[in-house]
Amino acid sequence: MTSVAVSTAAIGRAPSAWRRLRESPALIAGLLLLAAIVIAVLVGPLLTGYSPDQQDTANILAGPSSAHWLGTDQLGRDVLTRLLYAGRTDLKVGILAVLFPFFFGTLIGTIAGYYGGLLDTVVMRIVDILVAFPFYVLIISLVFVVGPGTRGIYIAFAIVDWVVYARTVRSTTLVVRESDYVAAAKLGGLSDARILLRHVLPNTISQAIVYIMSDVVLVIVAIVTLGYLGLGVQPPTPDWGTMISQGQEFLTTHWALSTIPGIAVVITGLSLSLIGDGLADVLRPR
Amino acid sequence: MAGLSLGLRLPLTGRPRRASGGGWSYTARRLVGAVLVLIGVTVATFLLLHAAPGNPAEQVLGQRATPAQLHALEHRWGLDSSLPSQFWRYAKQVVRGDLGTSFVYGKSVTSLVGPRIGPTALLVAMAVIFAILITVPLATLAASRRDSVADQAVRGFSVVALGLPSFWFGIVLIEIFAVNLKLLPVGGYGSGFGNHLESLILPAITAALAIVPLLIRSLRVGMLEVLDADFVAAARGNGLGEARVLFRHVARNAAVPTLTLLGLNIAYLIGSTVIVENVFALNGVGSLLLQSIQNRDFPTVQGITLLLAVAVVLVNLTTDLLAARLDPRIRLQ
Repeated sequence: MTSVAVSTAAIGRAPSAWRRLRESPALIAGLLLLAAIVIAVLVGPLLTGYSPDQQDTANILAGPSSAHWLGTDQLGRDVLTRLLYAGRTDLKVGILAVLFPFFFGTLIGTIAGYYGGLLDTVVMRIVDILVAFPFYVLIISLVFVVGPGTRGIYIAFAIVDWVVYARTVRSTTLVVRESDYVAAAKLGGLSDARILLRHVLPNTISQAIVYIMSDVVLVIVAIVTLGYLGLGVQPPTPDWGTMISQGQEFLTTHWALSTIPGIAVVITGLSLSLIGDGLADVLRPR
Repeated sequence: MAGLSLGLRLPLTGRPRRASGGGWSYTARRLVGAVLVLIGVTVATFLLLHAAPGNPAEQVLGQRATPAQLHALEHRWGLDSSLPSQFWRYAKQVVRGDLGTSFVYGKSVTSLVGPRIGPTALLVAMAVIFAILITVPLATLAASRRDSVADQAVRGFSVVALGLPSFWFGIVLIEIFAVNLKLLPVGGYGSGFGNHLESLILPAITAALAIVPLLIRSLRVGMLEVLDADFVAAARGNGLGEARVLFRHVARNAAVPTLTLLGLNIAYLIGSTVIVENVFALNGVGSLLLQSIQNRDFPTVQGITLLLAVAVVLVNLTTDLLAARLDPRIRLQ
């Protein structure tokens, strides 16, 4: 992706981006699916008539019925209600967990790419070291150090996840830095801060924005995985990962208990991936 | 193309190659780079666990330990000396191949890890083979019939698979192939090499599927680019059959970037074994890591984290050097 193409595309972006939005079925499908999921997890729990911890001891491990649409778990809790509350938690934690990496990674990538020199070398060395660790090993070790739970998740991802944003943005900044319009802006006597914010960042950030969707998918999968291992969201807060791990005990008799939350993860991931692919199409310069 | 990568890596966001290095050969620069990363990884692993809140001695002895007992244990583990001197001792140990002594088992970490390397290495090797067996036919099919139903299906599959939690997929596989069809074992490693292989089929497929979507995307895009190249038109113009064009000319040229990507993603695969081993009750390095985390066994966690990172650095180095041999252009970068 060349900087020149990006900059010319940026001039007429507003109308053409809107036209492309309508032309991108993936983006529309993804947005609709995500909207449906968000509405379901926000409004749904109010409609099921149960709280996520409410135990119906007369109906343990029951199949689907008019009272419990997706049945109940080993403690007689309504699976649908727990599924929706878990969706709230996992979506919220997933989105919050990528915010710091996104901002910090974009910032550090822009600065390192623009100024180069010692700072750039140091940043890229840290990146090299962080990516040498297998992703899950590093995340699990960090959560171990910080302590399990959502706080551990936020801190672990803050340490690990900025790397990708920094790399992507840095490599684009290296190209944009050499462009004529940045040279012109420098000759015009604009301050570095203004050049970075007004001229460099608008051209480098689109890749980071496209990546953020895939990142949320991978982070949600990681959060659910940590939950499954007992290192993520802690009970009694419902989480898809702990639901799957608790359901695994009853795999031979009640396979749905561990299967349903997994399907929820896959569908959520699908909606975000579609948005990411659609955004990549829409923001790609032509 | 989106820079899809969190641990999972596309070549786009791959390791930046530095132009600096003057007259040094590519191999020498890569070796020096790898050594620097290894040093960094050792420092990072050390700092990681020394930043942990709480006193390991207190956690092992419990709340009721007397100060004298605590002090004695801290002294034995060297926790009472300064951080730099602790690091120096740790670094000297590591260079000798000593990863310290487990707080919980009282044995050396290397003796705990050693017998578990076999299952994990076999799992990774089988997962790589499965990943290639799944990726190559699907990507070739998709690229050769661009925008067809088959192409759409393969792309759809890779989008869905990307959001698939591998532990859950493993559970679903157990449900279908072990519980219902009773074709394969539910978990464990069995005894004898034949049983090992059989026991690892489902875990290896599970681990492979974590990296397959990215590999398919990369190989498909790579093949589409090559399909547009002049030499492919020339091969077709010379009257070569489509299958021959595809396998002799296109696949070979698209293979090097995919090989590099596979090498980078073996890191992710090695990380996934922690989870896969847990799902399938395999006694590998990854399940020892989880046990040690539950036991708050600092030296073992530290040792395994370091060991796996070193494995990743070596695999990446090997694939880079291999790719440079296959494609001399890389050496000039």
